[in-house]
Amino acid sequence: MADSVFIAFQTNDETRPIIESIIADNPKAVVNRMPAMVKIDCPNRLVVRRQSIEARIGREYDLGELTINLVSLSGNIDEDDDAFILHWD
Amino acid sequence: MNTVATAVSARAKKLSQRRKYELLTRGLGWDTTYQPMDKAFPFDTFEGIKIHDWDKWEDPFRLTMDAYWKYQGEKERKLYAIIDAFQQNNGQFNVSDARYINTLKLFLTGISMAEYASHHGFALAGRNLRGVSARIACQMQAIDELRHAQTQVHTISQYNKFFNGMHNPAYMHDRVWYLSVPKSYFEDAMTAGPFEYITAISFSFEYVLTNLLFMPFMSGAAFNGDMATVTFGFSAQSDESRHMTLGLEVVKFLLEQDPGNVPIVQKWLDKWFWRGYRLLTLVAMMMDYMLPRRVMSWAEGWEEYFEKNGGALFNDLARYGIRMPKYHDVARKEKTRLSHEAWGIFYNYTHAANFHTWVPEPKEMDWLSQKYPDTFDKLYRPRLEYWREQQKAGKRFYNKTLPLLCQVCQIPMGFTEPDDPTKICYRETEYKGDKYHFCSDGCKDIFNDEPEKYVRSWLPVHQIYQGNCFRPGTDPTAPGFEPLKEVLQYYGFHDGMDNGEFLDSPDRYNWEKWTSKSAVAGDRP
Repeated sequence: MADSVFIAFQTNDETRPIIESIIADNPKAVVNRMPAMVKIDCPNRLVVRRQSIEARIGREYDLGELTINLVSLSGNIDEDDDAFILHWD
Repeated sequence: MNTVATAVSARAKKLSQRRKYELLTRGLGWDTTYQPMDKAFPFDTFEGIKIHDWDKWEDPFRLTMDAYWKYQGEKERKLYAIIDAFQQNNGQFNVSDARYINTLKLFLTGISMAEYASHHGFALAGRNLRGVSARIACQMQAIDELRHAQTQVHTISQYNKFFNGMHNPAYMHDRVWYLSVPKSYFEDAMTAGPFEYITAISFSFEYVLTNLLFMPFMSGAAFNGDMATVTFGFSAQSDESRHMTLGLEVVKFLLEQDPGNVPIVQKWLDKWFWRGYRLLTLVAMMMDYMLPRRVMSWAEGWEEYFEKNGGALFNDLARYGIRMPKYHDVARKEKTRLSHEAWGIFYNYTHAANFHTWVPEPKEMDWLSQKYPDTFDKLYRPRLEYWREQQKAGKRFYNKTLPLLCQVCQIPMGFTEPDDPTKICYRETEYKGDKYHFCSDGCKDIFNDEPEKYVRSWLPVHQIYQGNCFRPGTDPTAPGFEPLKEVLQYYGFHDGMDNGEFLDSPDRYNWEKWTSKSAVAGDRP
């Protein structure tokens, strides 16, 4: 089985559309809801797409804003203006 | 015309974050000319690390200073709005029960002051590394760590108005016996070279281990109704996730720069894994014993965050020739014992600590049995029940003899043999005619690699016996001299208020008087 990467956010209104976007863009993602925090594990690779978030929040979004509510993550990062990718490979 | 057109098109087309980061980290640096670079940066070569191209160092978040201030400002505004609300709503009385507040005492004196030490360390590392991106990353992190220390002190100060033991964390951090554990950890890192420091703190501690502190513990704070702590915790953790990422990048950068770096980095990973793991002993007992409402056990946290997530990380690093840190197997064997052994030590010595300890309530012991089916009922429950009986009979046990400390981690020698949980693990080594003691093979190896460093350890128990932990002017030969009382004065403790059994404490009495709620409500349905 492939090793998992993960990303975790604070539970709040700003992260709800982000989490929804991640679930939509990563069919293999597993969502663990803990007190005050949501941890999303995904085998090998997880992508956060700017456009998916923008479609949900109805405004322009800069992926740098992820850091405001980010709790933790694991995996190598590839980032550009459109996508933030965590991966092991 | 042309100028206007250019300005318009420049406005329309914003620079990408990647381009902005390149301009900041590639365009703004310069080599010194009045003095050679090696004289301006004298400390980034002696460790043996070879760097051929500093431009290969990249912050994966590509954070520029303008973005940094914008995001950090936003985090601060959120945090301070919550602190206001917390104070105005008397949030300190809304936590699960009064025992919970002892985790904050430990956090403030142990962890917040370590954040401050980390601020020093990154300021120093930033000065000593000659790569521009590395210096910027260290600068941001130095500011982050200062912010963490400050916000934690601000937040917890509300508790300090009502509960004991939190009145002078920085003073305590420099003196109190168990606080020498985090203090010596950071001083060990800071007195190494800049590459070892950054590998130790950014990678081994932040990437590999701090999830165990900030994720289950902060989630635990939320579960225990502590709105303020979960907020500063996650606010700090949002910086931490950036630090962790940087930690991984640093290690990959070092490994890619020169094959000769690989064995050096591996040695640091071995050392700092073990140092960090021993430091987290405090977190293990916070999770299993000090949170009245529990989220996950230490063993579960270890499995999730080290064995699973850390395992994936080391699988990934295998391509560089890096293996799992030495003695990770010992940590696995200890995971069902660590918190119980640690709580036992603090139960013994709580008369000399700035927080209270207690025997868990029956329902809490059942939780521990369920989480630790192979060890709790057999090894730890009988001792706790005996202590409970003694305490009920008015003979609460306090250990009046000072413990032997490990020369490296400085924790009292209460850990057991990796393969025998009933036998205390003792290791020793001789160096220049003196004998040194260790809690484990991990700590012994660290000493043997750098004995000249660790023979200088400031071990609190040795210092007490040498008479260095009394206030100036104290006369140990005076009639009626009580060494323990004098040491507590030196620590700045209020004997009978800050220390000792929780059930006998003013904190308990005040909580019940002010809230009309039980101080040991625990996991009440």
